[in-house]
Amino acid sequence: MGILEVKDVSKRFGGLKALSDVNLSVAQNTCHAIIGPNGAGKSTLLNCLVGKLIPDTGSVMFDGQSVLGRSPHEINQMGISRVFQTPEIFGDLSVFENMMIPLFARRDGAYRMHAYESVASEKELVSRALQMLEDVNMADKRHMHAASMSRGDKRRLEMAMCLIQEPKLLLLDEPTAGMARADTNNTIDLLRQIKDSRDITIAIIEHDMHVVFSLADRITVLAQGTPLVEDVPERIKGHPKVKEAYLGETAHA
Amino acid sequence: MFGLEKKDLNLLIIVALLTMLAPFILNPFPTDSALAQFNAGYPDLMQRFVIYGIFAIGFNILFGLTGYLSFGHAAFLGVGSYSAVWMFKLLSMNVLPALVLSVIIAGAFSWLIGFISLRRTGIYFSILTLAFAQMSFALAYSVLTPITNGETGLQITLDDPRILGMSATADGSIPVTNIFGLEMRAATDLVIGPWSFTFSVGYYLCALVMLVAFYLSIRIFRSPFGMMLRAIKSNQTRMNYTGLNPKPYTLAAFVISGMYAGLAGGLLACMDPLAGAERMQWTASGEVVLMTILGGAGTLIGPVLGAGMIKYFENIFSKINEATLHSWFDVLPDPMENGLVWVLEHFVGAGWHLTLGVIFMLVVTFLPGGLVEGGQRIGRLFNRTKAAKDDESAATKPAE
Ligand SMILES: Nc1ncnc2c1ncn2[C@@H]1O[C@H](COP(=O)(O)OP(=O)(O)OP(=O)(O)O)[C@@H](O)[C@H]1O
Ligand SMILES: [Mg+2]
Repeated sequence: MGILEVKDVSKRFGGLKALSDVNLSVAQNTCHAIIGPNGAGKSTLLNCLVGKLIPDTGSVMFDGQSVLGRSPHEINQMGISRVFQTPEIFGDLSVFENMMIPLFARRDGAYRMHAYESVASEKELVSRALQMLEDVNMADKRHMHAASMSRGDKRRLEMAMCLIQEPKLLLLDEPTAGMARADTNNTIDLLRQIKDSRDITIAIIEHDMHVVFSLADRITVLAQGTPLVEDVPERIKGHPKVKEAYLGETAHA
Repeated sequence: MFGLEKKDLNLLIIVALLTMLAPFILNPFPTDSALAQFNAGYPDLMQRFVIYGIFAIGFNILFGLTGYLSFGHAAFLGVGSYSAVWMFKLLSMNVLPALVLSVIIAGAFSWLIGFISLRRTGIYFSILTLAFAQMSFALAYSVLTPITNGETGLQITLDDPRILGMSATADGSIPVTNIFGLEMRAATDLVIGPWSFTFSVGYYLCALVMLVAFYLSIRIFRSPFGMMLRAIKSNQTRMNYTGLNPKPYTLAAFVISGMYAGLAGGLLACMDPLAGAERMQWTASGEVVLMTILGGAGTLIGPVLGAGMIKYFENIFSKINEATLHSWFDVLPDPMENGLVWVLEHFVGAGWHLTLGVIFMLVVTFLPGGLVEGGQRIGRLFNRTKAAKDDESAATKPAE
């Protein structure tokens, strides 16, 4: 039994079958990559895991509990954090504040309110936020308005916000898209290091094969809403079905 | 000190000084001079400055931080006033229990309205609050006459029970509001040469309450709760996927701002113990929105400035009439005088709303951050000229 078990999940948008009978099992403390051409349904699958969408059929179990019917904040509190394909950060807040909010969410739960003591007085959380910013090389940007940063920086910030929550399952939707090569490599190093140093399961959607093959323990190839193959990276590389799926895409484009 | 950062503490001290010295600051013109009509240092007006300041400070906690624009906050102001007057009727003329009840009732009432209205966001939320406020107004105006005394308004009378006080004073008149015997209307005049300054108990009570309200709002702004409220305004999606439920936070902000409104309403009744339904009308709700935006939504001091500005215009510009204008432009040739007066008279007296509208338009267009942004720009201008001078002196020094 994996920490995440997706069984027979289907999702329709009107006439479009975005997901049909998807089965996926992600083992604990592994990194599972989901690849596939544009429009394959990768993001839709993640949406079904975090409560953004409810699948038409099938079940999604996390850590032995069903996530279906739970609201996004409850699912996060179960231990799932997600980085979105288009960065979702608190643009009007400073980078530092962006790091503090997930820390409060993890420590205090979904709606505990501290309205009297200042944010700055939470010494322990402040130092953790600063440490995390050091780890992702953003310490010098901590006073910046998050919205004024580059797309790559926004992604790194969003990932740091998820990592600081120490989730059991981290979902990454194209975390390196729009990043400079050097930042991509930093991200790979960071994820590797986190994977090795603590209990974390990662599911990553990525178009950059360098990232995929650097991180993934297993890979699922999704095309037109159905998983084509699932295997270890070495055997995915030369797999004829995979070539077909991607060639099909280039032929369309 | 007070658990505040240096910058916030300085702001608090400045506001405290300004409010404590307001009787001087707002009365710069000698009593008999022609400009005396621009003096704002009389108790009645100063009280309104700080009371509406409280109203706007509270409103800013909701609107400035979360971005939820309520068009119904006057309902809580009105509820506060009614609660206070009932306390004067039933318990005693002491303002303290009246204020406590105002805050509690307004808090409960805003919880109810907030709970329902916050099921929607954006314009639908605004419309819901507006609808509830208009319903409250209608209820107060007619349906609930036994409680609100309908269109006449709720007043204190000689045969109210006042179980802890007295129904009537020894000489048979209605007792006045007080705090442990110190009457709200008690005042002393200080005459220095041609100037005259009035210090009233009522104003200083309101000012102290405002300072406490302002202090608490600073703490809320700097707290994790305040940060969450700004996060709600910034990105509710991220909020949800970070494991936070925005609803309880917005509801808490709504109730807190409702309690501030109730406090302001209670104070209005303490200064003048009557409450009427018109206090709940939508124009009053709109006014606090204008105050907050004019001063600078989401800033600490902005709402207070906005409230002061609007109340100043309401009272001073509305008092200027055609005759005043004629006396000002007496020196001009008659046709010019008449023409000028003809134009300007539309902007004063009952037409003061027109002036306010023009100012509001200018501020929103050129200073989206309100008066506070104006202040910051001026500040930066000074800093830049200063910095430029420093540069110059630095550049010239080596040459010397
Ligand atoms: N909310 C929605 N409503 C309607 N159609 C949708 C919705 N979300 C996704 N789709 C459609 O479902 C299909 C799968 O979309 P999805 O975003 O999951 O693809 P993807 O694999 O993430 O692609 P990409 O690599 O471009 O991100 C697409 O055809 C898309 O247009
Ligand atoms: Mg996608």
